[in-house]
Amino acid sequence: MTHSAVVQLSDVNKVFGGRGANPVRALQDINLEIGTNEFISLIGPSGCGKSTLLRLVGDLIAPSSGTVRVNGKAAHEARLRREYGMVFQQATLMDWRTIGQNVEMPLEIMAWPADKRRARARQMLEMVQLGEFERHFPWQLSGGMQQRVAIARALAFEPALLLMDEPFGALDEMTRERMQMEVLRIWGQTHTTVIFVTHSIPEAVFLSTRVVVMSARPGRISDIVEVDLPQPRTFETREDPRFFQKITEVREALRRDEVRGASS
Amino acid sequence: MAVAQALEPVASPATPNAWRALARRAAAFVLICVVVIAAWEGYKALGEATKGMVPGTAIRLPVRTDDRSLPHTWRIVGSLFEPVRASDDTLLISNLLRYAAFTWFEAAVGFVIGGVFGFALGVVFVQSRLLERGLMPYVVASQAVPLLAIAPMIVIWGSQAGLPAWLAVSIIAAYLTFFPVAINTLRGLQSPDPAAIELMRSYAATQGQILWKLRVPAALPYIFTALKISATSSIVGAIVGELPSGIQTGLGRALLTFSQYFTTGPERLFGAVLISALVGLAFFSLVTLAELWLVPARRRLE
Repeated sequence: MTHSAVVQLSDVNKVFGGRGANPVRALQDINLEIGTNEFISLIGPSGCGKSTLLRLVGDLIAPSSGTVRVNGKAAHEARLRREYGMVFQQATLMDWRTIGQNVEMPLEIMAWPADKRRARARQMLEMVQLGEFERHFPWQLSGGMQQRVAIARALAFEPALLLMDEPFGALDEMTRERMQMEVLRIWGQTHTTVIFVTHSIPEAVFLSTRVVVMSARPGRISDIVEVDLPQPRTFETREDPRFFQKITEVREALRRDEVRGASS
Repeated sequence: MAVAQALEPVASPATPNAWRALARRAAAFVLICVVVIAAWEGYKALGEATKGMVPGTAIRLPVRTDDRSLPHTWRIVGSLFEPVRASDDTLLISNLLRYAAFTWFEAAVGFVIGGVFGFALGVVFVQSRLLERGLMPYVVASQAVPLLAIAPMIVIWGSQAGLPAWLAVSIIAAYLTFFPVAINTLRGLQSPDPAAIELMRSYAATQGQILWKLRVPAALPYIFTALKISATSSIVGAIVGELPSGIQTGLGRALLTFSQYFTTGPERLFGAVLISALVGLAFFSLVTLAELWLVPARRRLE
């Protein structure tokens, strides 16, 4: 194989409203390779196209030019082969289905037999420590619990790639930190590759093996910060001086970019 | 986990709470009935006391209060239990109930036809913006045409096509039914969050799977809101449709006949109106029961 990359973006451009009056260059000349079992965060100011980039990888939108490959295949083919799971800022659980039935949803789409579906849903809910809530309805759960259900659902069919778009953006700080630990634990257990969009610098540093720093207008990758903090990350990681050093590094990368943007 | 204890047990659609709410609603209905009867009789008593004038003025009361214009409520109910005519000792109510059952049957068939057609339109519109833009004006215009003008056409075309008269009436009822169902189905099918649609796409779900597993369940509360409107309007459609169809055994004919004899026996018309209203109410209640059963309390639209 010429590449062990899970995701490979080459010369990707995305322009919105091509024929309209004001076409918006959402992404410009994106080149990025993501390897197996990496945890990548995309960070940058609003409008830098980080969510757009995630949607391109997930084939929810198509690039204007360039190629997006997932596991060596075109993103479109990878989507049809169900090679990634998605988690959004809102849990988007279906409130007419129980928690268990929500986790079963993708498996139902994939025509798994009912008993296998149920067994997997139970197993996934155990993994996110919500086993006893299988028969509850979404509205009976707190925001953090709902988001854990969404993660269980995304991982139920064991995708090689997990795409998360500000999944903890709507949660309070305490819940957020617990959820970060949870995601890292799951990531350690399942050997998935994660692409994680966030606004939060500490969150990006704490979670990631690499932080991709993006800048706006047009959206492009301005820097990539390797986070070589020891694995697994624990509560102590947050107090490690190297953790703060990395935060500073990412912040400076973002700031450098802001200054460059202002002077141009 | 502390949250677990704080949670209420999962509520099924028909809990004692739901029944209590139903009982409260029934009590309110009875109460309003009593108030209306009191107002009716009060107005009559007032008119008799002042010889048809607004008290203290020379202004006539808007509706005359004599027994020919405004019979006593007990006379209306009483007339239901009198023979239809001297030569025939069938009670009026047994005739009216038979007519009501027939009209209800026509309305129910129309309700199903209109419901299915309206739902299908909603589904087509949600799949195609182009068809929605193109056809929606006609759907709206169809409801702006008076039913009274449409009904004879459907009856005549129906008989030319060899349809039984009652089926033509059902189609007229369907004409009133489909519209709210189509509009609400479309709204309901469009109600899921865009993220939920993206999620389904990320599972490589087909359009059909997105429709049946996401859009339709999300639309159910909206559809039931429409069905409740349609239940009553299908009865109206059937009654109006019976007039040009020559059907003798429905509420439409009874209402027409009794209105012609209003001056000699007004209580019979009021009796027939009462039964018509009760049929509509019964149909509405039936649909509400189905909703209670199919849509969890959390999701019902009021």
